[in-house]
Amino acid sequence: MKIGLIVNPIAGLGGRVGLKGTDGPDTVSEALARGAVPQAGLRACRALMRFADRVPGAELTVAAGDLGADWANGINLDLSVIQIANQNGSACDTRAAIAAMGNCELIVFAGGDGTARDVCAALAANQATLGIPCGVKMHSGVFAVTPEAAGGLIADIYTTPDRIDWNDEAEVMDIDEAALRAGHIAPVLYGHARVPVQRNRMQAAKGGPRVDWGTALAGAAAEVVEQMEPDTLYVIGPGTSAGVVMRAAGQTPTILGIDAMRDGAVIGRDLGAAELEALTSTAPVRIVLGVTGQQGFLIGRGNQQISPAVLTRAGRDGLIILGAEDKLRGLAQPVLWIDSGVPALDAELAGYHRVRTGRGRETMMLLSTG
Amino acid sequence: MTRLLEFHAAKWDEPIVMEMGRPGGRGQIFPEPEAEVSKAVGADLIPSNMARKDRPELPEITEFEAQRHYLHLSQMTLGMMGVSLFGTCTMKYNSKTSEYATLRPELAEVHPYQHPDTLQGVLSIFHDFDGILQSLSGMDQFIFQAGGGADAAYTMAIIARAYWADHGMLDQRTEMITSIQAHPCNPATAAAAGFKIVNLPLEENGYPSLDALKAAVSDKTALIMINNPDDMGIYNPEIKEWVRVAKEAGALCFYDHANFNGVMGRLSARELGFDACMFMLHKTFGAPKAGGGPAVGAFGCCDALAPYLPCPVVVKSGEKFILDNDRPKSAGKVREFWGNVPQVVKAYAWTRGMGAEGIKLASDISVVANNYMDKRLSEIPGLVISNPEISVNRMEMTRWSFAPLCEETGVGTVDVANRMADFGIDPFWMSHEPWIVAEPFTPEAGELWSKEDIDLWIDVIAQITHEARTDPEMVKSAPHNQPIAQVKGDVFEDPEKWAMTWRAYQRKTGAIDRTERRRQ
Repeated sequence: MKIGLIVNPIAGLGGRVGLKGTDGPDTVSEALARGAVPQAGLRACRALMRFADRVPGAELTVAAGDLGADWANGINLDLSVIQIANQNGSACDTRAAIAAMGNCELIVFAGGDGTARDVCAALAANQATLGIPCGVKMHSGVFAVTPEAAGGLIADIYTTPDRIDWNDEAEVMDIDEAALRAGHIAPVLYGHARVPVQRNRMQAAKGGPRVDWGTALAGAAAEVVEQMEPDTLYVIGPGTSAGVVMRAAGQTPTILGIDAMRDGAVIGRDLGAAELEALTSTAPVRIVLGVTGQQGFLIGRGNQQISPAVLTRAGRDGLIILGAEDKLRGLAQPVLWIDSGVPALDAELAGYHRVRTGRGRETMMLLSTG
Repeated sequence: MTRLLEFHAAKWDEPIVMEMGRPGGRGQIFPEPEAEVSKAVGADLIPSNMARKDRPELPEITEFEAQRHYLHLSQMTLGMMGVSLFGTCTMKYNSKTSEYATLRPELAEVHPYQHPDTLQGVLSIFHDFDGILQSLSGMDQFIFQAGGGADAAYTMAIIARAYWADHGMLDQRTEMITSIQAHPCNPATAAAAGFKIVNLPLEENGYPSLDALKAAVSDKTALIMINNPDDMGIYNPEIKEWVRVAKEAGALCFYDHANFNGVMGRLSARELGFDACMFMLHKTFGAPKAGGGPAVGAFGCCDALAPYLPCPVVVKSGEKFILDNDRPKSAGKVREFWGNVPQVVKAYAWTRGMGAEGIKLASDISVVANNYMDKRLSEIPGLVISNPEISVNRMEMTRWSFAPLCEETGVGTVDVANRMADFGIDPFWMSHEPWIVAEPFTPEAGELWSKEDIDLWIDVIAQITHEARTDPEMVKSAPHNQPIAQVKGDVFEDPEKWAMTWRAYQRKTGAIDRTERRRQ
């Protein structure tokens, strides 16, 4: 497999100087003024050293200069260096580098969530990606745990591609840094990317075919659709986990927005808070929510259109939560979070909820106010 | 450190048995029947419409050749007599004395269709063993029909279904609650019996919280099914309160004793409040097990559930033992007849040999051995115990992780398992579903293994972690001292390549069978 590497040299610059991220030129200047030392290149170097330790002389395509080649100096790899015209230190460099790496099936990048967004927006349909974790924010599901883990995984892909599974729906998420600096975490789903997943061959050998939790979730969604009550408004939250309910009903969801259904029909797409409040003022309301990301935020991040008024209309029993079992297990803590903006409402909705993971299959999860 | 023995497995590059032999080769040559016999039986004992037209396609080899072939196969597969801390399976020695007992004609030559009056000896063993298991669990009746632990869990599921149907509440009591770290057969069998599954996640103590259980139970709960200790070796000390909460909601409570070894004789399912439990005779009780082969899940329950037990139930009536089939509320059979007799006899022999005090001592030894193992494993860099933040000791097995080693060297649990075979050590068990621990392995140092055996096993692990740092590719490309090199796993996931029979193998590989060859 042909592998390309791009380093976002300024990724992670804001972290050690308390800037919560490095999005935008003003923040970069501020970070450098505060004495930040660029980290991404050094972390890319650590990943490449692990790769070269495992596979000395392996072939790697890199962008020129500090976008890649500078960090591979002295490492035992066979580099093909790609020159990027008009390099200016912005996201344009990343896009130009990926465009020039059209023959690579895997694009490894060193950066954070912002870089992941830029990379994933530029990937061709047949290209996969893997992140060397260098950012301040890393909410996306495209990163290895450490630079060394990334290097090891690259070596496995290079030497034993049959050991690798591919996840086509890793979430690419980013948060609003301005909001984060003001004390709010607000991760937003920007899309999906194809990423390598280390596979345990023995598991398949001993346990039979591996469980396809995506298919199980589709079963849960079909059950939700079968149980839909007449004259009831179903608010469908963002994300793939909630979107499967729309798909089970034969509809196409707005993955990054809120839709509404009643009596089997879609009666609103990509709705805002005011529209939702108007729709939910008369009929009984159920809210279909999916578990997204590694943080387990259920309400109040990326779905603020579902306002306290709408949540109050639905009430505790009006929440229908879906999540694949592997996603629940992958949460940083076995807890879901709520921050609706109204503490009393949060307290009312908090506590244990049933998360539907398959047809006739649920997992109890604690919804916490933090 | 133990001196690691130099080892290399035998390699016998011989064909599979179906491809061996020569026309006319025979294991046994049977004499022609005597004239008197032929006369009495007649020429057409088998009706012509049932008699096969062609000879069966069996390998034509001698008995000696067959034995030699299977000896070679065992030499190429570590022989199942090595040091094997194969967790969740409780490896025990299967004594030859028990084997001889089951070869006695009084057992080997009886048939379940015989009249029970002619089976009084074997029925008395079943009855006595039922009594022994009652004393270990507090239950009122055991049966041995289930062909394994999962089959016994299924027995519970169908008994719950029959119980709630009999009480007119099956439409209401639709849910089974379990922990995600209970054995996966619990949700699987309950789902197969038609129940919805409610899983409880592990929380900070390493087991689900009582609050999660309280939130899950309701008047919809049909039953809870639980292991304790769980598959990671963690004992839930709140179990009595769990049972109280579940029973307060009206639910039935089933104790899956798959991990009984660490608590044998030290607790009673009935005293904890459970309505039913099961024991795995092929695991905890010293009877052999082998790749889906002989197994018995002994299922026991309280009197309230006994009417729903699968038939027949061995009971004593006066001075006689009978097979009670007159149980109109029975949930139905989970398997034919009344159980795998040789397995039950071997387990009975084991309990009689051990005695009540011996069983308790074995349990204590297994826990001590496991904690000795944990202590030594904790001294090897690159390994981490599951739930490292919990300080409580594990029971008879422990889930560990090679995640730090894997991150450092790229050598993961599959690589270590492959390399272990190079030292003549059986690879370990990794994990059941769900795989919530990265790069897992689950060793279990039961009462069988000497301190020297446990030290050897751990020294091999230590040696491989050292190799992972000095020569990782050698570990990742293991095994090197085995008759075949690393096997690609792809075939296990491609139904087009699965071949469970010789005929399927021929069809899928394009090999020409011998019948075809003869026709050509």
